[in-house]
Amino acid sequence: MILDGLLPVLISVALALLAIGALRRISLWRAGQPESVNIIAGLMAVPRRYMVDLHHVVERDKYMSNTHVATAGGFVLSMVLIILVHLVGLDNSLLAWALLASTALMFIGAVFVYKRRQNPPSRLSKGAWMRLPKSLLSFAATFFIVTLPAAGLLPVNFGGWVLALVLMAGIVLGLGELLFGMGWGGPMKHAFAGALHLAFHRRAERFGGGRSTGLKPVNLTAKILGVSKPSDFKWNQLLGFDACVQCGRCEAVCPAFAAGQPLNPKKLIQDMVVGLAGGSDANYAGSAYPGKDVGNAKGGPTQVITEGLVSPETLWSCTTCRACVEECPMVIEHVDAIVDMRRFLTLEKGDTPNKGAETLENLIATDNPNGFAPASRMNWAADQNLRVMADVKDVDVLFWVSDGAFDMRSQRILRAFVKLLKAANVDFAVLGDEERDSGDVARRLGDDATFQSLAKRNIETLSKYRFNRIVTTDPHAFHVLKNEYKDFYPDGQAPEYEVFHHTTFINELVKASALKLDMYKGGTVTYHDPCYLGRYNGEYDSPRELLAELGIELAEMERSGFRSRCCGGGGGAPITDIPGERRIADMRMEDAVATGAELVAVGCQQCTAMLEGVVEPRPEIKDIAEIVVESLIEEVH
Amino acid sequence: MQPDLSAKSLKVTSLISVGQHPKSGRARRAEQDARAVELGLTLSDDQLEMLHVGSGDKTVMRSYLGMGLPKMTLLKQGDRGDAVPVLCDYLATHAPDILLTGVRAESGEASGMLPFLLAEKLGWPLVSRIAEIGEVNDGVAEVLQALPRGQRRAIKVRLPFVASVDNAAAEPRQSAFGPGQRAGINDMPVAGGDDVVRSGWEESPARKKPKRLKVVKAKTAADRFKAATAKASGGGGKVLKKESPAEQAQAVLDLLIEEGVVR
Repeated sequence: MILDGLLPVLISVALALLAIGALRRISLWRAGQPESVNIIAGLMAVPRRYMVDLHHVVERDKYMSNTHVATAGGFVLSMVLIILVHLVGLDNSLLAWALLASTALMFIGAVFVYKRRQNPPSRLSKGAWMRLPKSLLSFAATFFIVTLPAAGLLPVNFGGWVLALVLMAGIVLGLGELLFGMGWGGPMKHAFAGALHLAFHRRAERFGGGRSTGLKPVNLTAKILGVSKPSDFKWNQLLGFDACVQCGRCEAVCPAFAAGQPLNPKKLIQDMVVGLAGGSDANYAGSAYPGKDVGNAKGGPTQVITEGLVSPETLWSCTTCRACVEECPMVIEHVDAIVDMRRFLTLEKGDTPNKGAETLENLIATDNPNGFAPASRMNWAADQNLRVMADVKDVDVLFWVSDGAFDMRSQRILRAFVKLLKAANVDFAVLGDEERDSGDVARRLGDDATFQSLAKRNIETLSKYRFNRIVTTDPHAFHVLKNEYKDFYPDGQAPEYEVFHHTTFINELVKASALKLDMYKGGTVTYHDPCYLGRYNGEYDSPRELLAELGIELAEMERSGFRSRCCGGGGGAPITDIPGERRIADMRMEDAVATGAELVAVGCQQCTAMLEGVVEPRPEIKDIAEIVVESLIEEVH
Repeated sequence: MQPDLSAKSLKVTSLISVGQHPKSGRARRAEQDARAVELGLTLSDDQLEMLHVGSGDKTVMRSYLGMGLPKMTLLKQGDRGDAVPVLCDYLATHAPDILLTGVRAESGEASGMLPFLLAEKLGWPLVSRIAEIGEVNDGVAEVLQALPRGQRRAIKVRLPFVASVDNAAAEPRQSAFGPGQRAGINDMPVAGGDDVVRSGWEESPARKKPKRLKVVKAKTAADRFKAATAKASGGGGKVLKKESPAEQAQAVLDLLIEEGVVR
């Protein structure tokens, strides 16, 4: 065919441009801070991480996962075969037939991509992404046709100049999008950056069914604390931003976005891309931050992010609920990035909005966020006759009371749980006035200095006593104790205890028949998964099992389990209090009302406070400990 | 009232002390002193000197520095030292245009006498309990003094002067950890003897004063509101406005003699 001479040249040029573009992109990532990765092991792990871990997430949308398998699989296979058949020139009809099959597969996939783009949901970005299906189709179709002669299905000299020109145009379009565009920031960039992101992910433990949710510590002696400029991110964080496919699944689940607060996780990641590459967000074709126009953000690798690229309110709108991270098919870590930037605002600029500064000052001066006298921490338990660690020294279970001790509503949860512990004859004690805030709020507000100070002092206290388990009713303290304190143990020491959330612990007691329970007598019940228990720690089952033990058949909300919607109380969001059009707690209550439930069971004092803050009429809100206590059959001695 | 440009070249010194949290008793950035620093920063952010006499608790000094100053001066002195002579010596050679202090320290002696003693020794005017410093023109500053119940009194005062900063002044900015850690502390060991008078004192925790029970007679919320916000209506006393300063001074002196303060 006439194109025979030209085709290898085109393919070579496109591959060369891809290589140059890729090297340029890599140099952009390398502007970030050093972070050691295992290059060989990382690259070797890519196929598994791609086909298992990533596919698991994509598969939540069956249509898209099948489409992607056909398109991407077809493309990768086609590209290998194109190089063999058309560039190297291997004259093997078997290869040519295989190439026909792979381009056909890719074409079918591309047809579904095309169909999806006919009437795209609002979460999808438009712009260059609307062009992609056409490019995919022309790539698959033209290479199918030019391969027909090699397979012996058409005479070698088939076609005339007109057909050759048409094919030529198709090839240029296809190669341009899929190879040139991959290296030079087109939509296909996601394939190249995504593969390397999977290889060099900062939280490699997440792959293979693992979990890694604890924030990374700040080196407090560094020249600059937190992230002020894109180049302050680790290089593999920058790489991660570049992997974004702008599918907008994060946007669809983000509670702040839904509430009309100025945050859209997808736009935030795209702004990070603008920052690392330099330029403006004028080409961004997705949903904006609510209430803000697109096109005004400008940034560069060495420009301060909060001065022109992303406004501080955007960063402070996040509840750190991790819904975006859970939903991201490219395994991007939005929350890490947000907290990194908050750290700069708090630790370097001293600019934590609204009650942030006051809360942090209280935490420094009184070890609790509301500035109560540290010596009044045990006042709630004046009538409880609790044993204190300072007296008993050695105990089976340490009950971590948390700052709920200072809040009258939370005290009801604490009392209920103590009653259960006593009824089950658990050998337990509390730290009393020696306990301090776990540091959760300080850390999410970006003040890692205060967090680390609290953590180290708490660890010192914990190390004085012997116990096997810690149980707490606060999922935030639970997460911090379980996942974040281990970074702050002195060298050579590690925590020697297990940490439990009270729902897990009560469930174990019930299973071991240590508690005698009656059946629940109320009406319909639904369960709200706290983010820090569910998404952060994977505990979805114990609370449900426990409620089932009481004979409760849950009326699940549409968004439950790993898709649970935040109550709005995490990440210091009630403290920084960025205005939106709606309240997140109100939206969550609407979810609960939609199930027809008369009672919302929760496992978190913060969720309790947020949901009870919704105006009546609304279902009642009770912690699981309170529900279990109501069904407790007390033995008379 | 925004300070004008000429105010930017003012030399301001803010004195800082180690505060004490009322609930935890822990050392902290003192509320009024932090306001004095905040006021100093708004008056002249590059010519503000932050000065402390004492042992210089590291975390407390750093929390003041975190407000954005590149450095501070620490006149190092033992816990039992008397700050007044040391400050007088230092200020005699490093005289600022405006010297800002808190009204009263949160720990230690906390007599509230320091600004008065300094003003007396330096021979400068003192404005107590200020809320704001406005324009400074031709060596005269417009100062707003805070009075009870949100009232303000405008005062003109010639530089240099001493002012104690009231809780009514603008809230201090948040202290940022990073800059606070990196800022420099110019350590200057100073002589200066122990506070002899104080060494003879015995310290004990304060006891709560018994409070007269207040019988609320108000029947409605409006009455209660009125009772809570009404000016204290002492029976005695008189207001002298038109009289000459000599007459006014005589009236004060008469009262002091009558009360047995002056004998």
